[in-house]
Amino acid sequence: MFQQDLANSDCIVIEGSNMAEAHPVGFQWVMEAKARGATVIHVDPRFTRTSALADVHAPIRAGTDIAFLGGLINHVLRNGKEFRDYVVNYTNAAAILREDFADTEDLDGVFSGYDPEKGVYDESSWQYEGTQVTAAAGQRQSPQPGASGAPGTNREEGGRGAGDEETHEVSRSEEAGSGGITVGGKPKRDETLEHPRCVFQVLKRHYARYTPEMVHEVCGLEPAVFTRIAEALTANSGRERTSAFVYSVGWTHHTVGVQYIRTASVLQMLLGNMGRPGGGILALRGHASIQGSTDIPTLYNLLPGYIPMPHASEHRDLDDFIGEAAGSVGYWGNMKKYAVSLLKAWWGDAATPENDFAFGHLPRLTGNHSTYQTIAQQIQGKVPGYFLAGENPVVGHANGKLARLGLANVEWLVVRDLQLIESATFWQNGPELETGELRTEDIGTEVFFMPAATHVEKDGSFTNTQRLLQWHHQAVEPPDDARSDLWFYFHLGRLIREKLAGSTDPRDRPLLDLTWDYPTHGPLREPSADAVLREISGTGPDGTAVSGYTELADDGSTACGCWIYSGVYADEVNQAARRKPHREQTWVAPEWGWAWPMNRRTLYNRASADPAGKPWSERKAYVYWDEDAGRWTGPDVPDFQATKRPDYVPPDDAQAEDGIGGADPFIMQNDGKAWLFVPSGLADGPMPSHYEPAESPVPNPLYSRQANPAREELRGAWNRPNPAQSEVFPYVVTTYRLTEHHTAGGMSRNLPYLTELQPEFFCEVSPQLAAERGLEHLGWATIVSARNAIEARVLVTERMRPLRVAGREVHQVGLPYHWGSNGLTTGDSANEVLGVVMDPNVHIQESKVATCDVQPGRRPRGPALVEYVEAYRQRAGSGSGRLPHNGRAPIEEKS
Amino acid sequence: MTSISSLSSAFTGDDPGNRLFGPVPDVVGQSTSDADHPARVGFFTDTSVCIGCKACEVACKEWNTLPMDGADGRVDVLGLTGESYDNTGMLGANSWRHVAFVEQSRAVDLPMPTVGRPGDVGSPRPLAEPPVVHAEVPASATTAEQTAPQQTQSGDREIRWLMSSDVCKHCTHAGCLDVCPTGSLFRTEYGSVVVQEDICNGCGYCVPACPYGVIDQREDDGRVFKCTLCYDRLTDGLMPACATACPTESIQFGDLDELQARADARLAALQADGVEGARLYGRDESDGVGGVGAFFLLLDEPEVYGLPPDPVVTTRDLPSMWRHAAAGAAMAFGLALSAFAGHRR
Amino acid sequence: MKTWLNAWPVFRQLTDGDPFGRGDAVRSAKTDSLVARTASADRVAKSICPYCAVGCGQRVYVKDEQVVQIEGDPDSPISRGRLCPKGAASRNLVTSPTRQTTVLYRRPHGTDWEPLELDTAMDMIADRVIATRRETWQDEVDGMTVNRTMGIASLGGATLDNEENYLMKKIYTAMGAVQVENQARI
Repeated sequence: MFQQDLANSDCIVIEGSNMAEAHPVGFQWVMEAKARGATVIHVDPRFTRTSALADVHAPIRAGTDIAFLGGLINHVLRNGKEFRDYVVNYTNAAAILREDFADTEDLDGVFSGYDPEKGVYDESSWQYEGTQVTAAAGQRQSPQPGASGAPGTNREEGGRGAGDEETHEVSRSEEAGSGGITVGGKPKRDETLEHPRCVFQVLKRHYARYTPEMVHEVCGLEPAVFTRIAEALTANSGRERTSAFVYSVGWTHHTVGVQYIRTASVLQMLLGNMGRPGGGILALRGHASIQGSTDIPTLYNLLPGYIPMPHASEHRDLDDFIGEAAGSVGYWGNMKKYAVSLLKAWWGDAATPENDFAFGHLPRLTGNHSTYQTIAQQIQGKVPGYFLAGENPVVGHANGKLARLGLANVEWLVVRDLQLIESATFWQNGPELETGELRTEDIGTEVFFMPAATHVEKDGSFTNTQRLLQWHHQAVEPPDDARSDLWFYFHLGRLIREKLAGSTDPRDRPLLDLTWDYPTHGPLREPSADAVLREISGTGPDGTAVSGYTELADDGSTACGCWIYSGVYADEVNQAARRKPHREQTWVAPEWGWAWPMNRRTLYNRASADPAGKPWSERKAYVYWDEDAGRWTGPDVPDFQATKRPDYVPPDDAQAEDGIGGADPFIMQNDGKAWLFVPSGLADGPMPSHYEPAESPVPNPLYSRQANPAREELRGAWNRPNPAQSEVFPYVVTTYRLTEHHTAGGMSRNLPYLTELQPEFFCEVSPQLAAERGLEHLGWATIVSARNAIEARVLVTERMRPLRVAGREVHQVGLPYHWGSNGLTTGDSANEVLGVVMDPNVHIQESKVATCDVQPGRRPRGPALVEYVEAYRQRAGSGSGRLPHNGRAPIEEKS
Repeated sequence: MTSISSLSSAFTGDDPGNRLFGPVPDVVGQSTSDADHPARVGFFTDTSVCIGCKACEVACKEWNTLPMDGADGRVDVLGLTGESYDNTGMLGANSWRHVAFVEQSRAVDLPMPTVGRPGDVGSPRPLAEPPVVHAEVPASATTAEQTAPQQTQSGDREIRWLMSSDVCKHCTHAGCLDVCPTGSLFRTEYGSVVVQEDICNGCGYCVPACPYGVIDQREDDGRVFKCTLCYDRLTDGLMPACATACPTESIQFGDLDELQARADARLAALQADGVEGARLYGRDESDGVGGVGAFFLLLDEPEVYGLPPDPVVTTRDLPSMWRHAAAGAAMAFGLALSAFAGHRR
Repeated sequence: MKTWLNAWPVFRQLTDGDPFGRGDAVRSAKTDSLVARTASADRVAKSICPYCAVGCGQRVYVKDEQVVQIEGDPDSPISRGRLCPKGAASRNLVTSPTRQTTVLYRRPHGTDWEPLELDTAMDMIADRVIATRRETWQDEVDGMTVNRTMGIASLGGATLDNEENYLMKKIYTAMGAVQVENQARI
């Protein structure tokens, strides 16, 4: 759904998001809905500025959202509150599973197929009866905001050690992209949903123990509040009403982050809220073009448009790469067209049918090459060169020390930024210099600081949180040496190609064959962003801009840099630059900017009509079948073949989109259904189960399995864990943003007007915790983990509250994470106390919850700080964190 | 031309036109001969929809290029105030908008009433109209329709986090204006009260004259500064910077008459919903300052937000002020002469 | 004489319908010549806020090739002209007193920054890419073709334009670097 559509919601649940603080202008649409009578619910460990404007605030313990959402699923199923017609027709609820599938309920916290030796799941028992469901190469990483990257390899219980850079085994989820899994044949279905092995019944049993009492036990939430929320949500869902969920990194930053979002998806499918006005799940992303950075990915495992990077062991040639996707059902059945058009965009005339369209020019993956793995390799001295383009990992990454040790062990580092951020000056003023763990003279890193241009000093497009591309026009020239990243990378590429010109080394062919002739303009020779956007959008056989991806071909006659963005330059017009005032168009505003795909504002919007194509209700009409006109219509672009009748039944040999039935809205899945149960493609289970965070003060009340058995760990002296249920680290710590600052601070801590509004790093604690530890309001506190100790001014507030969990009181400490050593306001970084432990699907770290100790007063300084933290590690049994020269401690495998 | 006789009230204390106290139907008309002057404009700040983002503070500083607060650019003197998320503290020469944060909590009995559906009869928060999907989203969310009290149940506690953006009130009877001896302070054609920095001599008489403690001297140059209601923006047909930025329309700008009507409706809606403590502040034209141009909807006593409960214009008792005015007239005379001399060169 | 007298506030006060000297009578020359920066700007560029992913519309006012004001674009269907404190501070981002606008270089084991010409820096970086790529190139790993370098890595922020991300991914992939990552995974 898109932000303005929140105004149509009857109930909005904001969970894993502090929308009023982190997305204040988007929050106007929540206020709009509220003005129209909607109920607004905020589920969050802290009472924030969002809670202040909500009707209900549900305080839950950090890291327990699956238990809470699972409780809502149980409420729906136990009370028959599901939207039955929607569930039967539009989801895989009726599909029947194999007999050998076993649930976490049966196996006390693991699903069938778990290999405790390797820590990995074999998903064959998760599949539908009588069918083979496989993760083809054509199934890509989810394009849903918030989930980026793909996935993990083998884990053992307790996590798997790092250093799997050379891992060759490719897991299903590693391959997974957006779109459906290949389902070989049609699964058996029971439309009555009564069969004991149908997905609906399996789901019902899976969540049967997630009662309000269990929610209380796990989350610390009073049953009366839970019931109030459950009733508001179900009363505002169905034919006449829709409810929305809003989340942010409060859901993704967990070892079970993907499963958090899955739980909300299951709930919204059961309530029939997907693809409908005012319904759905809105991911609020945190940066101007973080969605764009996923769509046109600077991510290791993806090519533009969620096409996977090829893997060494499986993708020897293009046909191998396309694999089972070729000829499969759903839009991913067209993958060869998208892949060949991409190769043509990049290697032009050098990409021919004879050479497999230069498919061999693509480098190959051999495992997980995500950012924390790279840092671990840097520390080993294995990664000589590093570019940081607008990123400040020593403040923004979990475990800042880890990031600094990485930087201290590369040979050359390029930092492109507006300010001298902490990641550029780690050799000059990094905290390890004071502790003696590093010495400036010993750090061999050669650093180039290359000043960047701001958004008003260059042309280009951002893709916002609702997949909307919006163009920003250059207003002024950048000052002095400041240049756009477009300029930097274009001219760097130009220089490299000039230096290699004439080379006969076949290794240089990918660089020399590259299409790299963008027009430049002005005194700075700025490349044309417009020309780049046109290449992204794609051109046809005659060299003119295509209207969209349906025009792309697999014979090399078309070129397209990112198939999902195809059409953004339709009619030779920069569609992203459209700015027709909203007052002059419908509320959907289709002529403002351009949304992928094909300018659709709500995905899967065919689900806003019933199977026969009629609106579920007049009140919630959106996209529907117009029998007279013989096409789908409505205020949005239908996310469906425009003239495919609702009663269309695909013939058995139908391929790609023609294989999707007229009543199947979820067209990227090759069965056209939304999946309540995921037979293939997830590394950690087909249904979400509650696991405790990797660092938790309490045992898991649901299963004896404490934490996600498939989570991913990184072991070394530079990243020690706080053991679960450790009395040494008795408190829960969570991190977050403030309205007045931005991420790692490079764009806010240097701005006078923002700095003065939040001038100091602080921690938020409850009066009870303050009393327990002797903390004084506005005094200092030291927060300690096995990684590091930091100090913060203390804000004692009733907005933080202890929760009764598992028979004991659990205290939570809140830390805004914006601070660092540079800028107009400086302070310790919250991320210093967090460790790196990751979700196995997307390799995102669990930075929303960890454990810590809190003591009154300021932290020790100099070498005493190292001894202070080391003493904690010894008491907790975390292992030593002492570092050898330049921090080059090895990556440790699990013993 | 106005006859000199109209001045007599200033000298006699006889004030039939409420020039010094009480309601005034056309406050702008008192200070201009232009019969077609614009309608009086102002702010209605609806604190029940304020999210405390402080966009108003920043937008104000950006537009008016104000220095960092109190620190004169020295970050070492910046620090947390400890007053919740408020680190501005108060209105001042360098902070013409200030968002106050007030944390309140109390125990409530469980179980709580269930939340109803929009439009349901008997809902604890009855609504005029259920949401309409087809209807175009209005160009501007009218907060008058909103039924959003800052009153949230959080577990077994009821917690309120009150947020309110304070600003110069642009009083009907502006003490600062009337005691200004130099003519630096003046009432614009829009009814706002503005300091002319090219005239202010830093005498500071206006500072104690403000019943709200708004107007303030800048330490480095001694002159006084305060909200101008973005006088320059108004001349370009724009709204003040704070109201332009405000994400939730907590700060609404417009013709005062219209804002007053909107505020009355909003208050009635909140009261009908049983929102405790909802009230208008500065709306009453018979109050001690004749009503203000920037008034508020509050959810608690004014003191809770740091506002005086019963402000009275300091010039109400004119005779006691007269010697200041006389002294001021003399100074104005001198200044006018020097200004003229400068002009002639 | 009339002009002279009219400039005298007291005379204006007595004759201008402003007997208390509250309005017309005391208007200064500066007040009378007041012009909003939005009105006196040379041009206005349409832009988008660079902070969070809400995607608020911005209008950037330019005077004498300097950004003099950034405010919300009322035409935007998403933001309707509104901005949060960060968006409202965007001009500050461009004009920040601590912004570093020239190239700086720290040589290995160096204790301080040194200035460096932009062209020289670009040339040096290109050389390092070529050398590192040569030194760390892998044709195969365990007998499987990989055609890559594990010696060059990149981490990008999520305020990069789509066009910038595209060129980055394209050139990195062509140079054989696979450890290309982004804030989007953080």
